[in-house]
Amino acid sequence: MEIEQLEKVAAQVRRDIVRMVHGCQSGHPGGSLGCTDLLVALYFERMKLKEEDGKPVFDMDGNGEDLFFLSNGHISPVLYSVLARKGYFPVPELATFRKLNSRLQGHPTPHEHLEGIRIASGSLGQGMSVAIGAALSKKLNKDDSLVYVLMGDGEQQEGQVWEAAMFAPHHKVDNLIAIIDLNGQQIDGPTAKVMDNRDLGAKYEAFGWEVMEVEEGNDMASVVKALYEAKSKAGHAKPIMILLRTGMGYGVDFMMGSHKWHGVAPNDEQLAAALAQLEESMGDY
Amino acid sequence: MKKYTFTEKKDTRSGFGAGMHELGQKNPNVVALCADLVGSLKLEPFIKENPERFVQCGISEANMISVSAGLTIGGKIPFATTFANFATGRVYDQIRQSVAYSGKNVKICASHAGLTLGEDGATHQILEDIGMMKMLPGMTVINPCDYNQTKAATIAIADYEGPVYLRFGRPVIPIFTAADQVFEIGKAWMVSEGTDVSIFATGHMVWEAIQAGEQLEAEGISAEIINIHTIKPLDEEAILKSIAKTRCAVSAEEHNRIGGLGDSIAQVIVKNDLVPQEYVAVDDSFGESGTPAQLMEKYGLTAADIVAAAKRAIAKKK
Ligand SMILES: Cc1ncc(C[n+]2csc(CCOP(=O)(O)OP(=O)(O)O)c2C)c(N)n1
Repeated sequence: MEIEQLEKVAAQVRRDIVRMVHGCQSGHPGGSLGCTDLLVALYFERMKLKEEDGKPVFDMDGNGEDLFFLSNGHISPVLYSVLARKGYFPVPELATFRKLNSRLQGHPTPHEHLEGIRIASGSLGQGMSVAIGAALSKKLNKDDSLVYVLMGDGEQQEGQVWEAAMFAPHHKVDNLIAIIDLNGQQIDGPTAKVMDNRDLGAKYEAFGWEVMEVEEGNDMASVVKALYEAKSKAGHAKPIMILLRTGMGYGVDFMMGSHKWHGVAPNDEQLAAALAQLEESMGDY
Repeated sequence: MKKYTFTEKKDTRSGFGAGMHELGQKNPNVVALCADLVGSLKLEPFIKENPERFVQCGISEANMISVSAGLTIGGKIPFATTFANFATGRVYDQIRQSVAYSGKNVKICASHAGLTLGEDGATHQILEDIGMMKMLPGMTVINPCDYNQTKAATIAIADYEGPVYLRFGRPVIPIFTAADQVFEIGKAWMVSEGTDVSIFATGHMVWEAIQAGEQLEAEGISAEIINIHTIKPLDEEAILKSIAKTRCAVSAEEHNRIGGLGDSIAQVIVKNDLVPQEYVAVDDSFGESGTPAQLMEKYGLTAADIVAAAKRAIAKKK
């Protein structure tokens, strides 16, 4: 897809995000908005996905296609919107987000059989281990497609992340592309103040990863370029880590740059103000 | 039936925050720890007055539990705080080895327990924590019923030497216990005396039990309602005394039917005095997203469910 078209999809996904969290008055807009460009670039451009008649088809094993895992499950709105807009499930289902009897649970889960979701996440720190397992499974199956996993930067404080960080290079899991949403924020404030991660790039490098730093994580062209570069680095005996600098709340001016919008829903007025900044490019649900 | 009314609703986690605030002023050994959820745990007043006695752990609960165990060596009284799921299941072996087996004076204080955290869904709605914690030898397990009782329990556990799991929640609920109560660990609280059925309730379910008691009374059934705020050690004497009179029991908890308060009571009944018992609990299931009220209804945790359970229990009496 052309960059311009991808940007249009991203605008619609951002509309979906703010409408979804407004609709149930809960959920996490900040990280969702910040990671929108990445997820759109992955699903609408970079990832090799199984399709039939131009429509994606989902099966749990995902053999022969690239896989994506969301470890920071609280940013479920962006994943749900991207999956729906891609065609995995009906777009109107987005209106059920976080409501009773919905398949769109607060945090993603395969428990309700939502197409596109292969593992539950929400308790932070577990996704990279799962992605490593799926990547190993692909190797055993002689399947040369890739596995992607997204984590938060606050999430890096979980010890399990570092067990996985040690494991992947040791086992040469070079079909894994991990991405950290480097927005510098978490719930109690800036990550540097809550629990300083310091130099994540140096840490992953020391653990044996191929590390890429991407400064413009909300610029579609930069994101797409980075994803292709990462793909070209796959298969060289090292797992790949992309440190993606994003802005929490990106795309809605009053939600940007602060941890205040980590997990707060907009009221009616704020919703209107947010929507005024985002083009309805594909039609609201 | 004894009448209970309320003028205010508050969340039990705010009772915890208020208890911590008071402890900060009166017990210099109390240290608070949190894993990136200070606002949710209502710790701001404590932190404001005692910044040097607050430890921000970041999102690393396992580390927090074992650091807490270490803090006790030297005489500190650590209160390790986060959501109930991350305070128990996530860190079970840290609690087991560093805290319970080592006999450390750590207070594990867990908010957002049960279904009533609502929209976040099953990943966060732990319904197995009472079971996990009560199975640890030496662990005290407390699930208070309203704001005032949670505050009192928070203050009381600082004076008790030993590991404690204190469980509370997110939603606002009626305040119906006394502001000046003294919390006695392990001592059940007689909410209302009755003769036809014993209702043993814990946490948010105590208010539901009171509502149920009033409905039953309107139908001519006299329910005895007992608040089991301490699930371990269990007040066996209070339970046995009550069922000796009523000859049937209902247990009510915002927890899985397996491994919770109901099973603890069933053990007492089976061992000592066989009477019918009915469970009001989640039927071995995960929760889901929804509003707290919707979820309590869908998973069978309302006053109406307690009324139905009480009638079933009575019908089974010999
Ligand atoms: C194990 C675990 N501990 C705590 C939480 C509560 N929690 C949800 S999101 C979050 C902050 C995450 O920070 P970050 O990874 O930087 O994501 P961002 O705020 O940037 O979206 C916390 C502490 C959780 N979901 N899982």
